[in-house]
Amino acid sequence: MTEPGGDIGEAPVQPDEALGLAVEPVTQWDLFSSRLRRHRLAMISTVFLMLLMTVVILAPAMESAGWIDDPTKGLVDANGRILRNISPRASDGEVFYTEIIDSQQVTFEASPTALLLGSDDLGRSVFTRIIFGGRASLTVGLVTGFLVASLGTVFGSLAGFYPGGVDQSLMRFTDLVLGLPLLPVAIVVGRILPEIEFLPSFIRTGPFGIAMLIGFLAWGGLARIVRAEFLSLREKEFVEAARAAGAGDNRIVFRHILPNAMSPIIVQTTLIIGAAIIIEAALSFLGFGVKPPTPTWGAMVSQGGRQAVRGFWWEMVFSGAALVTTVLAINFLGDGLRDALDPTQTIERK
Amino acid sequence: MPEPLLNVDNLRTYFSTEEGVVRAVDGISFDLAPGERRGVVGESGSGKSVTAMSIMRLIEPPAGEIVTGTIEFQGENLLTLGEDEMQEIRGAKIAMIFQDPMTALNPVYTVGDQLIETIVLHQNVSVSEARKLAIKALEDVQIPNAEGKLNDHPHQFSGGMRQRVMIAMGLSCNPDLLIADEPTTALDVTTQAQIMDLMLKLAAERNTAVLLITHDLGVVAGFCDTIQVMYAGGIVEYGTADEVFHNPQHPYTWGLLGSMARLDEEQKHRLHSIAGAPPSVIDLPIGCRFRPRCEFAIDKCGKVLPMLQSAEHGDQLVACHRADELDLKTIAVSGEQSTEVAS
Repeated sequence: MTEPGGDIGEAPVQPDEALGLAVEPVTQWDLFSSRLRRHRLAMISTVFLMLLMTVVILAPAMESAGWIDDPTKGLVDANGRILRNISPRASDGEVFYTEIIDSQQVTFEASPTALLLGSDDLGRSVFTRIIFGGRASLTVGLVTGFLVASLGTVFGSLAGFYPGGVDQSLMRFTDLVLGLPLLPVAIVVGRILPEIEFLPSFIRTGPFGIAMLIGFLAWGGLARIVRAEFLSLREKEFVEAARAAGAGDNRIVFRHILPNAMSPIIVQTTLIIGAAIIIEAALSFLGFGVKPPTPTWGAMVSQGGRQAVRGFWWEMVFSGAALVTTVLAINFLGDGLRDALDPTQTIERK
Repeated sequence: MPEPLLNVDNLRTYFSTEEGVVRAVDGISFDLAPGERRGVVGESGSGKSVTAMSIMRLIEPPAGEIVTGTIEFQGENLLTLGEDEMQEIRGAKIAMIFQDPMTALNPVYTVGDQLIETIVLHQNVSVSEARKLAIKALEDVQIPNAEGKLNDHPHQFSGGMRQRVMIAMGLSCNPDLLIADEPTTALDVTTQAQIMDLMLKLAAERNTAVLLITHDLGVVAGFCDTIQVMYAGGIVEYGTADEVFHNPQHPYTWGLLGSMARLDEEQKHRLHSIAGAPPSVIDLPIGCRFRPRCEFAIDKCGKVLPMLQSAEHGDQLVACHRADELDLKTIAVSGEQSTEVAS
């Protein structure tokens, strides 16, 4: 680039081999991942979410290893008294832990992390319950997100790509689903769900059932967004050019329209993941979510809230922090994905 | 006369709108020989682009529909082909270049991806071979550092460069017919000539026939063998470029040519313009469609639609009742008349 005018961004005129500039083929994935890696917040979020997933998946193993406690049983002292609302203390690493209750020294048996974040009103370790609660909350978020993304994309793209009868019938069905009030329907179905015998038990009682319930009720908004994107993209000249080059419907939809509609899909899905975790919290609060004593972050926030009024703030604050951090991380990751999928985005993120 | 590459016969493409039926293309017939360079000229709304889209079978029902006619390409009627068979032809045998290169490339893929896609779609080659062909195609359209440019996205290209990419894409499968729909309209004037030169040179190398749709008479004059002039959905004049330019037979062509700014003549009066506006294709006038704007119109013009037939004073075909009696070559267009009507 020492030639005059060589630094104005024009390609050199000499053969590339002579300059040692022979170009390697770059795949779409290479470009995508290099742009994602430049997005610092998204990378931090990815690391955080991966750590969280690992911890949450390994929770039962951690319990049997004695690092955390049974999330459903309260801590009890040697005299059989429940250690309710103990404030957070750093563990000194000993199995036997000494705590002052009613000005008395008590001893009890628990893991070293038991009182890291205090205990709740039933004496259960908040730290343990946050880890186990993550299992339910993340399951609800991810399963709902997956359901909403797939249902919304399928319905929206079919409606947007095939105008007329297909569009009309799909969108009227979407309107119907959007018209269902989420909480009342979720409450009724959530009440009936455990009694439907032919369903596998993990759907009847666990977070899966709740997640699928929310997912089946919440895809309407995304379907509308995707349909709108398809309506505008299918008239774009590059789609016509692709047709003129002999591309069929499948290729046009999957290669030319869908990739251009990814931004709103990703944004909406990350928002839905956050919303699903919070909706599950609301359902738990009303007693229709994941059944206690299985912990979820939402349930912990609502239970903790009642204790916080009495000054025992830790359960609400720490479970709330876990919830907010996770939802934020998912949103940052979505932000990063969206930017990485947009090839015109070249600004380096701080 | 050799077997024509393309034979369009009595093609009618109508669009149904709320205001009524738009007769965008209304009974046109023409032949195109292999390797021929045909200019299609006309105002906006004269049916040029719809003709092209009809040939590509890209008119989408229920909005638009090819009502009657045949489009024979290499002896095969395209209108009877199924969508799958048509996909085999699009891009491989008939390629199309669009007006606006800024929007005709998919923004989320690299230029290389899109070129390779087109090549793999129509030629039985592996991706690595297609890559080599893509580099070759970009070199053919004189894009420097073609290999490196494969990894660039469309937004990193200038307008002229993108149109070069579109040409590379269009010609990558050596089509027999290239339809260029106003390929240089979106480009600046200095780039226009380069792009036209390049496109026609490459087409000639491959013996590809070109159907060049434009409203720029200058472009047509320089690059086409034959010209068909379209007005309100019909062809009003057809002949070799030379004939049409130097001896126009239809008053519309004559008016168009008179409206061109000429650098080789001293400008004595205001530039001519054809009075009035093209008729609404929903509510076409009875008889000759140009009659309301024609200064030579007679009674018959308001009653009978003139057919395309051999002209008395030239070798071309013309659709005008008075073509035989008028010798437009000898009549000068007046600059004054336009101002009168306009005011």
